[in-house]
Amino acid sequence: MSKVKLPDSKAGKLAWKGDIPITSRYTAGVAGQKFFQALKEEEKILGTVCNKCEVTYVPMKLFCERCFAQLDETVDVGDTGRLVSFSVVYIDLDSKKVNPPQIVGLIELGNSQARMVHRLGEVKSSDLRVGMKVKAVWEMPLGREGKITDIQYFKPV
Amino acid sequence: MKLRKVAVVGAGITKFVRRAQETAKELSYHATKMALDSCNMPLEEIDSVVHGTAPDAFDGVHMKGEYLSEASGGWRKPFMRSYVGGGTGVFAPINGWYLVASGMYDTCVVVCEEKMSSCQPHPQGAFLTIFDHTTERPLGPNLLWIFALEMNRYMQVHKIPREQIALVSVKNKRNALDHPSAQLGAELTVEDVMNSEIMAWPVTRLMVSPTSDGAAAVVLASEEVAKKITDNPVWISGVGWNLDTAYWTNRDLYYPEYVEKAARMAYKMAGIKNPREEINVVEPYDPFAYKELHHLEGLLLADKGQAPRITAEGITARDGKMPSCPSGGLLGVGNPIAAAGMMKICELFWQLRGEAGKRQVKNSPRTGLAQAWGDLMQVGTVVIMQRGD
Amino acid sequence: MLETGIRLHGTALEEEDFKTHRVFYTTDIPKLQYAWDCGVAMGHYLKGLKQGKLLGTYCKKCKRTVIPPRVFCELCFRNMDKWVELKDTGIVNTFSICYVTWDMKKLIYPEIPAVIEIDGASKGKGILHLLAEVDPKQVKLGMKVKAVWKPKSEREGSILDIKYFKPI
Ligand SMILES: [Zn+2]
Ligand SMILES: [Zn+2]
Repeated sequence: MSKVKLPDSKAGKLAWKGDIPITSRYTAGVAGQKFFQALKEEEKILGTVCNKCEVTYVPMKLFCERCFAQLDETVDVGDTGRLVSFSVVYIDLDSKKVNPPQIVGLIELGNSQARMVHRLGEVKSSDLRVGMKVKAVWEMPLGREGKITDIQYFKPV
Repeated sequence: MKLRKVAVVGAGITKFVRRAQETAKELSYHATKMALDSCNMPLEEIDSVVHGTAPDAFDGVHMKGEYLSEASGGWRKPFMRSYVGGGTGVFAPINGWYLVASGMYDTCVVVCEEKMSSCQPHPQGAFLTIFDHTTERPLGPNLLWIFALEMNRYMQVHKIPREQIALVSVKNKRNALDHPSAQLGAELTVEDVMNSEIMAWPVTRLMVSPTSDGAAAVVLASEEVAKKITDNPVWISGVGWNLDTAYWTNRDLYYPEYVEKAARMAYKMAGIKNPREEINVVEPYDPFAYKELHHLEGLLLADKGQAPRITAEGITARDGKMPSCPSGGLLGVGNPIAAAGMMKICELFWQLRGEAGKRQVKNSPRTGLAQAWGDLMQVGTVVIMQRGD
Repeated sequence: MLETGIRLHGTALEEEDFKTHRVFYTTDIPKLQYAWDCGVAMGHYLKGLKQGKLLGTYCKKCKRTVIPPRVFCELCFRNMDKWVELKDTGIVNTFSICYVTWDMKKLIYPEIPAVIEIDGASKGKGILHLLAEVDPKQVKLGMKVKAVWKPKSEREGSILDIKYFKPI
């Protein structure tokens, strides 16, 4: 805690500066544990399937949000997909320029209707097209940590 | 205003643990699923969903209500989050109650979840902003301060020995041995509690509830729907809530006026004239040992300064005349903030239906009361529940 | 039904499970930096502290003087009527002897936080501060205490311009 003058202050208006000193630690969870295990060890992207609702959840989800059944059936949706939407990002969280700009895509995996967001690489932004086929570029095995970044990015095929 | 009768028809809970592997969503799902299954209620028959959860900073997920909505059965349904700090666990069912009592919906599932272990190095980091940023935080406060200051004031005004307060820890942690969710059930003596590490005098370690991960849920239904679901509904017969000023250093902390106001509101609604005779089982909020006593007094279930005496006499024991925290309370079962208050609602549901197994109180209770508390010694939330016959 | 012994969901982990990466997890430090404006009442209060004065505000309708000061009376919901200079003495309303920090690290020298009812304010109106120059075992409710100020040159308009309160 420290006292500061506000930058826009008239006649020395004051403020107390402070923070909320927390670090958040998120477990992958029960379903997430299996999903990231497969990502790390087998280069596989797994989903869970609800046959009743005909929905596939990627990353794997423990339950179906529609009928509330616990989901046991997993499916390997493959590491290729179709680009459903994309954006070229020029600024970061603090509105600073990002150079080169970052490309993010919404990717529909395999034959499932499950979509996940990830980075796109090895592509010029001017070449991006909705519907284009993309494939995961994997981090080398020894560099993998069981995180979503075990896939470096998706690239056009 | 014409209000409809509202029943609790199902309840569910997870284990309370120090660090859960399950994500916040997975915890919410398990509690909700168990509550729905307990009354054979498919999700499509749920009209509305209320979620109670404490500061976003615990789970580290901002807009945590929305984040947890589908894990609470809220997929494409009217969903709302309710929040009054530590009082949330008993406030959320009040919110669910008025969605049904008002006639707006016939059913509502009320879910409370907390995953405090996400907050490192200690969940207190998320609590620090409870203190005024200009006049209090520069002093380097710690959440234990406010409890220790309140406990000391309560003790000294009434000349209560600490040993009598330690008895609450002994009772609740022993009760918790029979609760399948319990994190800190234990067989202890008053000496164990007194001799445990002093954290902030007069508070010792065994007088404090732990930080926890967990979830709990209930299903609410209107009278017409409830009677189709179960022969054994438990009615919500009274609700009350009240907030005092946040200028906590301007109030006498020895007595929680706001809890009394919340209780009087609930008693009036439930038609209770003589709470000490009519409340058969009570689940007051017990994050610290003295808090149970403080709250029993605020709830008018003991005279000011007399809750320690009725505890020592065994009146609040599980086989006593007015069992208090037969679940094991926050001290024994654990304290995943909002879920801890909801655990108390669930416990009344099981106790009033005679379904609490080894925890079952012996006085064949007809009416029970659950209460939670929160923020700067400021919030009182009360729900009164009644057996159907 | 919730019988003793029934198996519920919820998988307990140990710190070791994180250290050894037996379970997958991610961490994030949210960027939560704030500047809290002192506002009208607090701004004036802090100016008073810099001059070695404790200031309260008075509501003539409720006939009460409160500290910390605020611009409105939360009881009758009107503007407060005037500033009142209070004494820098008071009595201990309640206190604790705290042995740990907020992140549960041990303190070698315990701190004594207290609520101090300030002389000149209405009965029971106090502030949170620390006690020192006293044996913790000797602190009593109702004990008279006085503010120990920082030297004038070191004051910056902060609650810390009072180093602590000590018995008189
Ligand atoms: Zn489904
Ligand atoms: Zn007034």
